[in-house]
Amino acid sequence: MMAELSVSGLDAAYGASQVLFGVEFDVERGETLALMGRNGAGKSTTFKAIAGLLSPRGGKVLLRGQDLAGAKPYRIARAGVGFVPEDRQVFPEHTVEENLEVAQKPGPGGGDWNVERAFQVFPMLVPLRKRMAGRLSGGEQQMLTIARSLMGNPAVLLLDEPSEGLAPLIVAQIGDLIRKLREMGTTIVLAEQNSRFCLGVATRVAVIDKGAIVWRGGVEQFRADPSVQARYLQV
Amino acid sequence: MDLGELASCLGSASCVVTQVSAGLTIGLLIFLVASGLTLIFGVLGLVNFAHGTLYMLGSYFALTAYGTTGSFLAAVGAGAFGVALVGLLMERFLLSRIYGTDVLMQLLVCYAIILILDDVVKIVWGGDFLKMDLPDAFRRPPVIIAGGIVPYYYVILFAITAAIAVILAWGMGRTRFGRTVRAAAVNPGMVGALGINTTAVFAAVFAIGSLLAGLAGALSAPIRSVVPGAGVSILIESFIVTVIGGMGSIWGALIASLLIGFTRSFGSIGFPLFTEGMMFLMMALVLLVKPSGLAGKPHA
Repeated sequence: MMAELSVSGLDAAYGASQVLFGVEFDVERGETLALMGRNGAGKSTTFKAIAGLLSPRGGKVLLRGQDLAGAKPYRIARAGVGFVPEDRQVFPEHTVEENLEVAQKPGPGGGDWNVERAFQVFPMLVPLRKRMAGRLSGGEQQMLTIARSLMGNPAVLLLDEPSEGLAPLIVAQIGDLIRKLREMGTTIVLAEQNSRFCLGVATRVAVIDKGAIVWRGGVEQFRADPSVQARYLQV
Repeated sequence: MDLGELASCLGSASCVVTQVSAGLTIGLLIFLVASGLTLIFGVLGLVNFAHGTLYMLGSYFALTAYGTTGSFLAAVGAGAFGVALVGLLMERFLLSRIYGTDVLMQLLVCYAIILILDDVVKIVWGGDFLKMDLPDAFRRPPVIIAGGIVPYYYVILFAITAAIAVILAWGMGRTRFGRTVRAAAVNPGMVGALGINTTAVFAAVFAIGSLLAGLAGALSAPIRSVVPGAGVSILIESFIVTVIGGMGSIWGALIASLLIGFTRSFGSIGFPLFTEGMMFLMMALVLLVKPSGLAGKPHA
């Protein structure tokens, strides 16, 4: 079976300093892959290189077999990659509803997402519908950006540190939401350093360190191997 | 300076009606040009110094189309859409390469465009003052309101420009395209990551801004003289309007345009030698009180 998203040999650099050294991982349709690593390990850079916000120096990004490496961000998004950046980037002077509308378009994910469906799956956004997105709390903005990316019906959703800087109660809500999306069949790659949060929602784990994947395996396997955590995740 | 004259005008309903109608008409024509300028600046971050030249081209296109077809509608269409096309080519081949550069570079490229297009106009249409005849349909007796004389064409102009202002405000605020444009103005990277071709959005915004300038040029061809370099004075007025209204704000541009229109119409009675100076004085006052303009955001 062809992987939904297959990244291989991905190299990327900021100017002269290379950050990614041949990143390689596959994501099967419907699974939630946790991409774990310390700050600066290359999680966000991997996502930016996949989404086209940073042009990779080499390697392949195959989405359902189609190579997207180096394409323009809007083409990659239309091909089916939904990217939720770490700093959320809601449109602050658009209402919640308008943020969703701007992103609405057909896509390969076949989720039939529209504004009404988004409000059904994200009921916490319903009372905020007409509020300016810039006035939402961090957790609300996080929910909104996830919903906004889904509006493009992506084949794969890249979530960059969705739990970062949020209160434990909100983190739990986001965890519930990611599980709900997985049950709906959404394919997700989740970049995180919060391993407790990650292990609660992921089906498989890939660990990144110094710009390369250093460990891959199932969630149980990861739990059973504390040396991986000690070596690559704890500060 | 003749403030007594101004006071007696303000005391007479007919004089007020005449001057208000003139001020509204001038103001709304400036608004068409200034709204395009402020739209392009707000979304693309480009100060289009060649915007007045697009206005001038609109007048010439209208003149020629009217001369060959005799249809006012064809004249306005040629001015608006012809200039939209010129603007689109300008954006694609020249200006899109200087987005994000410093304003000196933008000034240089736009100034080159101004000089080239002024010369092209001189070659094609000659350097003399030209005037477009008022179509027969608009040669009607003026409308009299409270004893004040309002030329019939002013009423037409007012209706068209007011409709455009409403369409523009509605389009930017209430349509999906308008929302996308506003989002792309704030965060083009994120808009692109949501699958929207921002390059195409930017080109469309520039074409719309150009269309507005061309439309204003076409509409003013029967009442203002058409001459090479005619773009400069309207460009200066448009800049005053965008500064007073706040760079990037359509509503600010509307209020400021009307302010400038009334300053011109009432100023021509009260202080005919100082109307231009008064516009700059108003700009200076607004900048002192609110440096970002009436409707502008700080550091926008």
